Amino acid sequence: MADSIAARKGPVSRFLDSDLWFSFSHSPLTIVSAIVALALIGAAVLAPVIAPHDPFNLATLNLMDAFNPPAWVEGGNPDFLLGTDDQGRDMLSTIMYGARISLFVGFCSVIFAMVLGVTLGLVAGFVGGTTDAVLMRIADIKLTFPAILVALLVDGLVRAALPRELHDRIALWVVIFAIGISNWVQYARTVRGSTLVEKNKEYVMAARVIGLSSTRIMTSHVLPNVMGPVLVIATLNLGFAILAEATLSFLGVGVPPTQPSLGTLIRIGNDFLFSGEWWITVFPGITLALMVLSVNLLGDWLRDALNPRLR
Amino acid sequence: MPLLEVRNLRVEFPTRRGVLTAVDDVSFSIDEGEVLGVVGESGAGKSITGTAIIRLIEPPGRIAGGEVLLAGRRIDNIAPEEMRHVRGKQIGAIFQDPLTTLNPLYSIGRQLAETMQTHLGLSDRDARARAIRWLEDVGIPGAAQRIDAYPHQFSGGMRQRVVIALALCAEPKLVIADEPTTALDVSIQAQVIALLKRLCREHGTAVMLVTHDMGVIAETADRVAVMYAGRIAEIGPVRDVVKGARHPYTEGLMGSIPSLTHRVERLRQIDGSMPRLTDIPRGCAFNPRCTKVFDRCRIERPDLMATDGPTRAACWLYAKGEARDAA
Amino acid sequence: MFAFIVSRLFQALPVMFTVSLISFAMFAYVGDPVAIMLGQDYTEAQRQALIRDLGLDQPFFVQFFEYLKNAVQGEFGLSYRLARPVSDLILERAPATLELSFTAAFLALAIGVPMGVYTGLYRESWLSRFFLTISLIGVSLPTFLIGILLILVFAVMLGVLPSFGRGDTVAIGWWTTGFLTASGLKALILPSITLGLFQMTLIMRLVRAEMLEVLRTDYIKFARARGLSNRAVHFGHALKNTLVPVITITGLQLGAIIAFAIVTETVFQWPGMGLLFIQAVSNADIPIMAAYLMMIALLFVIINLVVDLLYYLVDPRLRGSLAGSAR
Repeated sequence: MADSIAARKGPVSRFLDSDLWFSFSHSPLTIVSAIVALALIGAAVLAPVIAPHDPFNLATLNLMDAFNPPAWVEGGNPDFLLGTDDQGRDMLSTIMYGARISLFVGFCSVIFAMVLGVTLGLVAGFVGGTTDAVLMRIADIKLTFPAILVALLVDGLVRAALPRELHDRIALWVVIFAIGISNWVQYARTVRGSTLVEKNKEYVMAARVIGLSSTRIMTSHVLPNVMGPVLVIATLNLGFAILAEATLSFLGVGVPPTQPSLGTLIRIGNDFLFSGEWWITVFPGITLALMVLSVNLLGDWLRDALNPRLR
Repeated sequence: MPLLEVRNLRVEFPTRRGVLTAVDDVSFSIDEGEVLGVVGESGAGKSITGTAIIRLIEPPGRIAGGEVLLAGRRIDNIAPEEMRHVRGKQIGAIFQDPLTTLNPLYSIGRQLAETMQTHLGLSDRDARARAIRWLEDVGIPGAAQRIDAYPHQFSGGMRQRVVIALALCAEPKLVIADEPTTALDVSIQAQVIALLKRLCREHGTAVMLVTHDMGVIAETADRVAVMYAGRIAEIGPVRDVVKGARHPYTEGLMGSIPSLTHRVERLRQIDGSMPRLTDIPRGCAFNPRCTKVFDRCRIERPDLMATDGPTRAACWLYAKGEARDAA
Repeated sequence: MFAFIVSRLFQALPVMFTVSLISFAMFAYVGDPVAIMLGQDYTEAQRQALIRDLGLDQPFFVQFFEYLKNAVQGEFGLSYRLARPVSDLILERAPATLELSFTAAFLALAIGVPMGVYTGLYRESWLSRFFLTISLIGVSLPTFLIGILLILVFAVMLGVLPSFGRGDTVAIGWWTTGFLTASGLKALILPSITLGLFQMTLIMRLVRAEMLEVLRTDYIKFARARGLSNRAVHFGHALKNTLVPVITITGLQLGAIIAFAIVTETVFQWPGMGLLFIQAVSNADIPIMAAYLMMIALLFVIINLVVDLLYYLVDPRLRGSLAGSAR
């Protein structure tokens, strides 16, 4: 009976009646993090439109504007709300562009890791045998090393293998590749586990009996069943990926300084910490922390909401 | 004075779609040395009643009303620390699945000794000696050697024997056995029940035996309470409930038991299924499935009342002024 | 026990082999060591001589075997950039990293585990909520930012703690320690907090999750039903059962601490292996990268072995079956 009622309602009201929406609307912290995350993403995506200055247009930069403190501090310039850095770039605008890079790298590497991990997991679980054994052994070895170290190594290797000029041009993609490659194992393991379970269920048997190909069964029958946990991992990993990019950039091996991400900005600001220009470090830092915190809170919530037993 | 008296017990589980009443206005008593069987389908509230008595309901579930008296003293409102001394020492418990009831990381001897030392203040040596004796009592072969073995080294049946020893080792007056044989092989079930029966008789322990197996009840219990949708439908001496049930639900339940001694044309079944706690019908919870339903059943909820037999039943058929052939 | 250790070591061999293959492949095929070592001006004859000296004209497996032989003896060649033996460089730097990592790991465990137990047991209390909020911030703040903020507050604003370096060290043989001088200990405070905070919050959240999981099990309910004290239930039965997964993750986290030391060492200009490694990465100094990779792999093998031994001690179920067979 309950099913027939749900079927009569539209998708919107069905969503509003779902447990997911209920737990969302009853968790103020989750709502706040969703708003913060959306605001940051919005500011990053729209940076070219809404940023008050263009920090990368050398023509508009004026070294006279360098080291302006935030507008509300004595000596601040109302033109530069959050102050300026050593080259006279507006911090607010730089941060918006920086967040853009950070989020871009974060999203891309999560998608890369997800596609790679899900594919390998599906293949390992479905094909089994030697393929499975080899893939999982690689996963084990990979897991032995902390992700950040793997990312560093991959980045270092590519740096050594490619000519400098070429490397600088594709540095952004190298970072995405390095972070993605250091992060696929969790997806692969989860998907493999669920695939092994799903594989022996009757509907997959039935799909085989009516002659569907393995690829078809995997993508259209098994995949939808494992997407829940994958989504949770992806959300939690987004926070990690953003952190990893920031860490690499902070270490000076991430994105090139011509395209500064939040991590690069913090690295640059770190040099001025002792001379009292705290705002060059602190504001990108706060932005980064807010970004990761809100994404992590959303991930935590999603995990709890999709897995009520853990509450 | 009865050993255990439960008065109007009510257990609620708040959920986002409203409060579920898992146990609703349940009253019964158990005398010293008596075995009370509690039967019903899954979800009827029988296990929760047992858990509520020892106050181990998982939050957010809670006792929302009623009283529980042990030897005339209320135990439903005493401090948690006091309640702790009731558990184990005065009321023992046996759970359903012996594979998960024992802590896998401690030897069975340690778990026995720990229980006895908590309640009886024994020295390490005495506790160990007694633990060996208990293991012998529950029929563990080579008890003296196996006392230091870990749970995973025992079979399911042997583990349930250890659980029985753990429940009885502090000499409680009452044992609440929650489906003690359900998880066991059929061939072992009878042994474990026989063991429980023997030990409780020897030690004068009363038993609240929660099960959905009428065969076990008929064999073991002195009295039976039949539960349906969180309430007691009928309660009375075991013979009378089995042979001369008054409540239509009990009648149906008994009609569904195969018998070796009597020839029965065919086993009966009750149409439909027990309502979920979310939509218990108005009036008597059994009314949609009842063959003798009449108007009053759909409006008013019956309490336990005297019948024309030795049992008490929650059924309007036995209300004063209600014609027996009203259906 | 001995057989167990040996079998574990044998299982670690493929890991070490794979890692050394990767690091050798890096060594042999990435970048052009000859060009780097020769600098700008060289003759073809010089080039050929160097290739012969380095053995680069040999077949792959001969080179690999040579590399392995040297690696086992602790020889990893010359740093391209510093033109010194990599083994010397690493030995020089190792004490700084190990002391920092050890202190951080100790902090993470000594604070993280009790906080996890507390928040698991009293999950509704305000202090638990406070801890959880802190932990979320700890997980979300990047290590380097924590370091920078600590420097800003304690070194720049308050000026009470040093912001870089190890302070005075005392040499004991080839090992240099900062544990024995006041300035060494002072210098250790900020970096070890920076490094330990993330792992601490992870350990806390893990212990809490495991604690919640274990507290729901039947054997904990049964331990309560036996009337054991809260102390015995929580710390005897529950905590011990959370240990197995906690040990695993903590083992992995110890490795992560060594890796994250790279970041901390960069922030605090801590003269350890991490700083050496990051300089190697930015300068494509392959021999150092390869050697560091092998070192870390070896460290992980050792940590895993210790983790397995701890399992063996904690969980009796593993004692019978673990030796000789895979997990």
